[in-house]
Amino acid sequence: MKYMLLVVVDPDASNEPADPAVDDIEDWVTKNDTAGKRQMGNRLHPPETATTIRRRGGELLVTDGPFTESREWIAGFDILECEDLDEAIAIAAAHPMSAGGTLELRPFWPDET
Amino acid sequence: MNEAGRAAAIDAARALADAMTDQRLRIVASLIRTTGDWDLAEDAVSDAAEKALQSWPRDGIPDNPAAWLTATARRKAIDVLRRAQVERGKLADLAAYEEVMEMDTDLSPMDDDRLRLIFTCCHPALPLEARVALTLKVVSGLSTEAIGRSFLTSEATMGQRLLRAKNKIAHAGIPYRVPSDDVLPERIDGVLAVVYLVFTEGYASAARSLADEAIRLGRLLVALMPSSDEARALLALMLLQHSRRDAREVDGERITLEHQDRSRWHRREIDEALTLMRRRSTERGPYAIQADIAAVHASAGSADETDWPAIVASYDELSQIVDSPIVALNRAIAVGMSDGALAGLAALESAAEDPRLSDHHLVAAARGDLLSRAGLPDEALIAIEQAVQLAPTEQERRQLEQRAAELRQP
Repeated sequence: MKYMLLVVVDPDASNEPADPAVDDIEDWVTKNDTAGKRQMGNRLHPPETATTIRRRGGELLVTDGPFTESREWIAGFDILECEDLDEAIAIAAAHPMSAGGTLELRPFWPDET
Repeated sequence: MNEAGRAAAIDAARALADAMTDQRLRIVASLIRTTGDWDLAEDAVSDAAEKALQSWPRDGIPDNPAAWLTATARRKAIDVLRRAQVERGKLADLAAYEEVMEMDTDLSPMDDDRLRLIFTCCHPALPLEARVALTLKVVSGLSTEAIGRSFLTSEATMGQRLLRAKNKIAHAGIPYRVPSDDVLPERIDGVLAVVYLVFTEGYASAARSLADEAIRLGRLLVALMPSSDEARALLALMLLQHSRRDAREVDGERITLEHQDRSRWHRREIDEALTLMRRRSTERGPYAIQADIAAVHASAGSADETDWPAIVASYDELSQIVDSPIVALNRAIAVGMSDGALAGLAALESAAEDPRLSDHHLVAAARGDLLSRAGLPDEALIAIEQAVQLAPTEQERRQLEQRAAELRQP
């Protein structure tokens, strides 16, 4: 199963001390890339750089800023290919941002075949 | 229907009920594994039960009713899968179909499937209320309507909750298996928490059948996970609390432990719990410690004869692993019984510093009792009157009023 792992910056957690068990993102990436579990992923620039696009009543609206006013913001993502949710949870639990932020796992819709 | 026909129908119904008690969960659990389809599994078993009620009175009860039910449910599942395959012209279900064909026909224990089912129903990625509903529906086999009634919601709402949970299992890829060793302890804790929640729901509401159901689930967990000390401790704890059910409420009024008629406690359940607790583990979890406390009460002839120092020691141990202000409150009450009212008051005031207990009627009530036992009836009355103000339910208010009335006329 394919999952999107959303890496969320959570102001409530940003002052948490780093958890030494999960503090090396390079290790995490290398390990999961090698295992074929992480298909791709990247960091994203902060929400100040966001542009929102809406088409309403035939008119195109392009605005500055993220689509939602929220204290939490998405700082990055990874696409995981896992056996099941438990495997995805185990991989997410080893990500440094599980301690310094919040991680959200979302399953992909299955490919139509 | 003639006399013989009626007798045959009654015998068949009884044989079916017996076989279902034993077999329903095994069949459902193994069909979910082989087909991945929860509704199909549940429907196939209901269908087999219906067929049994039709054919057993007529053709006689089969030699092995459980095997008959398993075979009939499997045949139904295969029919449904085959039809779906033909209709959609797809081969997607073929794998499932082949697996059902290969399912064991003998009645070898399929304990693993039952455990897989329980862990999946109690998966932490499901909301807690869905875990409870799913466990009662699929593991216990209660109807959606009955579960809704127990939790004071409509059948439709409960049906939606179950549907959403089953959808999440399918779409989010919640696995159907016993968790790996590294997460097993916390997942077991999660399963036990669901069972205990079912029990306390039955304890708090009039839905006593839920308490019975929780105990049934507790027995199942002990049978399936004989090495889990906490599963055994939870079953013991529930049996001990349930043994007091007929003494706990008289004429609609809650009776506190201290004033219960202990001859109405069910000895058989107490004995069963004490037997379960004989196998002690070195590292004790919260259920084991709470069971110990309940066992001390169960072994005492009256409140005065209770080994209160042992209870205080257990509360000390419990507060090391559970951060609950109610534990600190109960500890203070036990200290009052063990070391005298003044020591109890000191412990109570330190427990009451927890903001979660601010304005809690149980703190005021405990303060009143301790002050009264310390020989300060005027101060006690003030505390009890405050507790009356804070009491959340009519029943508790009435009881506290009565306590206040007793203090006013010494």
